[in-house]
Amino acid sequence: MIETILVFLPLIGSAIAGVIVFAGIGADKHRKHTLDLASQIVTCGGLLISALLAVLIFVDVGLHGNARTTELFTWIASGSFELSWALKVDTLTSVMMIVVCVVSAMVHVYSIGYMHHDPSVPRFMCYLSLFTFMMLMLITADNLVQMFFGWEGVGLASYLLIGFWYKKPSANAAAIKAFVVNRVGDFGFALGIFATFMMFDTIHLDTIFDAVPGQKDAILNVFGTDFHAMTIICLLLFVGAMGKSAQLGLHTWLPDAMEGPTPVSALIHAATMVTAGVFMVARLSPMFEYSDTALTVVTIVGASTAIFAATIGCVQNDIKRVIAYSTCSQLGYMFFACGVSAYSAGVFHLMTHGFFKALLFLGAGSVIHAMSDEQDMRKMGGIWKMIPVTYALMWIGSLALAGVPPFAGFFSKDIVLEAAYAAHSGAGNYAFIMGLLAALLTAFYSWRLLFMTFHGKPRCDETVLGHVHESPKVMILPLVVLAIGAVCAGYVPYSLFVGEGMGDFWGDAILILPSHPALENAHHVPALVKYSPLIVGAIGISTAWFLYIKRPDVPPMIAEKFQGIYLFVLNKWYFDELYDKIFVRPAFALGRGLWKGGDGALIDGCGPDGISSAVRIMARRVSALQTGYLYHYAFAMLIGIAALVSWYMFTKGA
Amino acid sequence: MFDLPLLTILTFAPLVGVICILFVRHEDPEVVATNARHVAAFVSSCVFLMSLMLWFTFDQTTADFQWVEKVTWMEDFGIAYHMGVDGISVLFVMLTTLLTPICIFASWNSIKDRVKEYMISFLILETFMIGMFCALDLFLFYIFFEAVLIPMFIIIGVWGGVRRVYAAFKLFLYTLLGSVLMLVAMLTMYYYAGTTNVLELMAYDFPIDVQKWMWLAFFASFAVKVPMWPVHTWLPDAHVEAPTAGSVILAGVLLKFGGYGFLRFSLPMMPEASLYFTPLIYTLSIVAVIYTSLVALAQEDMKKLIAYSSIAHMGFVTIGTFTLTTQGVEGAIYVMLSHGVVSAALFLVVGVVYDRIHTREISAYGGLVSRMPAYALTFMVFAMASVGLPGTGGFVGEILVLVGAFKANSWVAAFAATGVILGAAYTLYLYRRIIFGELTKENLMRIKDMDRREIAIFAPLLFITIWMGVYPSSFLDFIHVSVSHLLEQVNTSLAQSGMLELAGQ
Repeated sequence: MIETILVFLPLIGSAIAGVIVFAGIGADKHRKHTLDLASQIVTCGGLLISALLAVLIFVDVGLHGNARTTELFTWIASGSFELSWALKVDTLTSVMMIVVCVVSAMVHVYSIGYMHHDPSVPRFMCYLSLFTFMMLMLITADNLVQMFFGWEGVGLASYLLIGFWYKKPSANAAAIKAFVVNRVGDFGFALGIFATFMMFDTIHLDTIFDAVPGQKDAILNVFGTDFHAMTIICLLLFVGAMGKSAQLGLHTWLPDAMEGPTPVSALIHAATMVTAGVFMVARLSPMFEYSDTALTVVTIVGASTAIFAATIGCVQNDIKRVIAYSTCSQLGYMFFACGVSAYSAGVFHLMTHGFFKALLFLGAGSVIHAMSDEQDMRKMGGIWKMIPVTYALMWIGSLALAGVPPFAGFFSKDIVLEAAYAAHSGAGNYAFIMGLLAALLTAFYSWRLLFMTFHGKPRCDETVLGHVHESPKVMILPLVVLAIGAVCAGYVPYSLFVGEGMGDFWGDAILILPSHPALENAHHVPALVKYSPLIVGAIGISTAWFLYIKRPDVPPMIAEKFQGIYLFVLNKWYFDELYDKIFVRPAFALGRGLWKGGDGALIDGCGPDGISSAVRIMARRVSALQTGYLYHYAFAMLIGIAALVSWYMFTKGA
Repeated sequence: MFDLPLLTILTFAPLVGVICILFVRHEDPEVVATNARHVAAFVSSCVFLMSLMLWFTFDQTTADFQWVEKVTWMEDFGIAYHMGVDGISVLFVMLTTLLTPICIFASWNSIKDRVKEYMISFLILETFMIGMFCALDLFLFYIFFEAVLIPMFIIIGVWGGVRRVYAAFKLFLYTLLGSVLMLVAMLTMYYYAGTTNVLELMAYDFPIDVQKWMWLAFFASFAVKVPMWPVHTWLPDAHVEAPTAGSVILAGVLLKFGGYGFLRFSLPMMPEASLYFTPLIYTLSIVAVIYTSLVALAQEDMKKLIAYSSIAHMGFVTIGTFTLTTQGVEGAIYVMLSHGVVSAALFLVVGVVYDRIHTREISAYGGLVSRMPAYALTFMVFAMASVGLPGTGGFVGEILVLVGAFKANSWVAAFAATGVILGAAYTLYLYRRIIFGELTKENLMRIKDMDRREIAIFAPLLFITIWMGVYPSSFLDFIHVSVSHLLEQVNTSLAQSGMLELAGQ
């Protein structure tokens, strides 16, 4: 019951805000202000209650082990393809609920201040709450199709919010890109659902999980080939996870998604929606556990993304894009944690990351707000004294991100790297090394961001500088809440999530086979492995200090010296250009060609138009024979008779 | 048990309206037009209300035909006036009775010339469409199936756009060509089975060689109607030239004739041939899905874009039908129903701005959301339904078809699913160009949002679209028993002829 209220409050809030949008058309300034306020109260109130309930559920389900599923009503039933709208709450869900509801509530409140000047506040609140509802449907799904519903639903909300400022062409383009690239991932997800259904004749999660051990060596024939069933199913599903979580290859939409308002970036494109892929892998751990190949793929993709995105993060100049690539990179960590069967470590990092990344994004929003909507770090600098609270909060976020003790990121990143090391597999070692390198780069770009934004000489013009101001309380307060999370979310739940208590805590929510002991072994790794993330972190921070505080003349020199590499990284490894060349342009060209050439020239040309013009030409020729001269007709008759007689003679004669 | 000849009443009630309209005479053409509008609206609304009786009294637990009426007509040939509905056809009847009044209300202001004749055409069209879905006699079916063409031809040819005559003839010739072949096949059927009773024909075992020829002949007719690639080129032209309401009926109901025909004739009467030609259907459908989606991406005319997207959606229908799986066939029917509502709504959406600006060029629009927020929301919902977003009617059908297709042949499902990606691309691209961006065009500056009449037209369609997405059981429950009966029938005869292994069941 309590989870039903929790899930549907945001939907109700969203609907009310939606009505307010239309009530506000043509309203005068005063009335509009009242309506704005009403929409804010309704949606924020709903979310705050939901966040409170999420805590209650966490206590009940996570700590007291009362996992349960509430079925609402039938959704689709066709033959054995049967599923219901249901709310499944177990430890994994309850952890996700905390992250989603708390971050979402904070973002809702923050938006009151951030969107203060925007003319369409109710619409924004409506979308935010809609997103939260979809996300909750995703994490409470007890079957794959409802998960797909939430999956696409958050995609819709993301599309609407990225394109929120619909007058900006770049925002519209980014919105479409996000939706379509996600659809590519969803294509894999959908095929995975079909393959699951073909294999197990059900898409109900618990039933599948029960059936998997019996089918662990089963062969599934798809695409004309015999595959190990669990491998092909998990790989197809993972394609979906790659799309939603912006993993290497399907990551191109995430940086562009920063076109949306900053609270959106914090909520959707950092803390919650993009972690859905990680959630999916953790939720489906009873399936992934039975395919070592799939797990290896997950590990390698995650590790590669972690390092790939970190390199790009080091050279970007847009403050939000740096954090976006950082998100991409951190998602890679979560994936390779799952890939080495340390699902709970992945989810642990998901949670801590949710807090400190939302904090960083909202902090960046506070900076952008202070700098009169400037996002380019090259035009910032030297403002730390003017916005000290934001500055301090950004420090907390960065310390957590870089994994400095005792901040949250330290605990989660450590256990992720240790688990990768302790997996003692090729993929695990690869992940460990890439993760360590990425940790170095993470520390570097985080402090590069801090130094470029807050230190050095001011590089903005006088008018902007004059306007620099600390954000209002309504924006700072949520930041403080998130900062508390960024400080405490690592140490406090450590033993529950990945320590001694984890067996009882996770219960049936996560399955780890005894043959995958990486997480067990993670607590017994050599000291050097334990401290290495700290060491590389320190190196990264000092390098950033050297390059951006001590010798700010060096970075341009490096960029010039290694121009090829610099441009390659600056241009994001040319993924966008590549996709444009091999997918986007050809699709449009092909469409035009098939239309004009295929439909126009070929089908219509040979079909109806061709036949009708042929008939017309024939008719004209035939009518030309009708000359009206008697001797022409007589001659024709003569020829006919001659032909007839000769045919008769020849056939008779033969 | 059923004394009321409900289907006859539904079918011929619109003709009563026609007679009433014919009696309207007055010197002032305005008075005539107003009267014609009101009569048509009243009659078609009454037909819809009466059709609700079908919804409430239909017995969902049996695959038998219900509300059956049978009167001997031409005794010497065994031809009867034989009507009835089962789970497959009943919802199509409902779809028709729902869309016709909506069409009439949508044409309220946009049609100004020859209103009387226009309304007559629509009412006659309704009679033929309902009759088509109810007919249980081959001969009767053929009459209705063909007769539909006449009012449609007139609607496009008289009230259409600039190239209306070309489009009308193209529509007519394409469909006629297919129909002539179908007539030959029907005569063959009669020759073999000695009956025109659809129920008896379903039970009759035609020799396999004959089946193949008959199947191809039926296919010629149904493929044009669906339409399947490569006989689809009449559709974009017909849609572009047709008046809004014409497009609505064309996309909403007429395209379903083909899919319905496959389910009612090809599968049960020619099961072996259906199985034999399944690869052909798959190939053409996949080509249709990908080809037309790509073509849609390049369109500059709104209606043409939606027309091409319709062809892609109908590709799902043909795939689903021939998977011969429960999910596939139920999904195919569901796609037809939801597409009937959604594509109809999308053509109405185009009609709203066409009535104001009088162009269908996409580039003539942009930034409409600033002045038309209600319109933008409506458009968004139907665009998302067309894209197949979960929670809308479009999703349920598509996923069922793909689930069925994956079981039958995973390649087919994979190729068809690419259409879902492309669908998102062209739909959102269309939406962006019309709705988003800066409002800069001079003639759009004073454009008005939807008025009450327009909102009232869209409200039921919006409601049904979401209803179909959230609680599809209301609709699927009608379908289940009839579909499983159909598949049983098909599988039994395939088993008898030893072709069951081929079907992979």
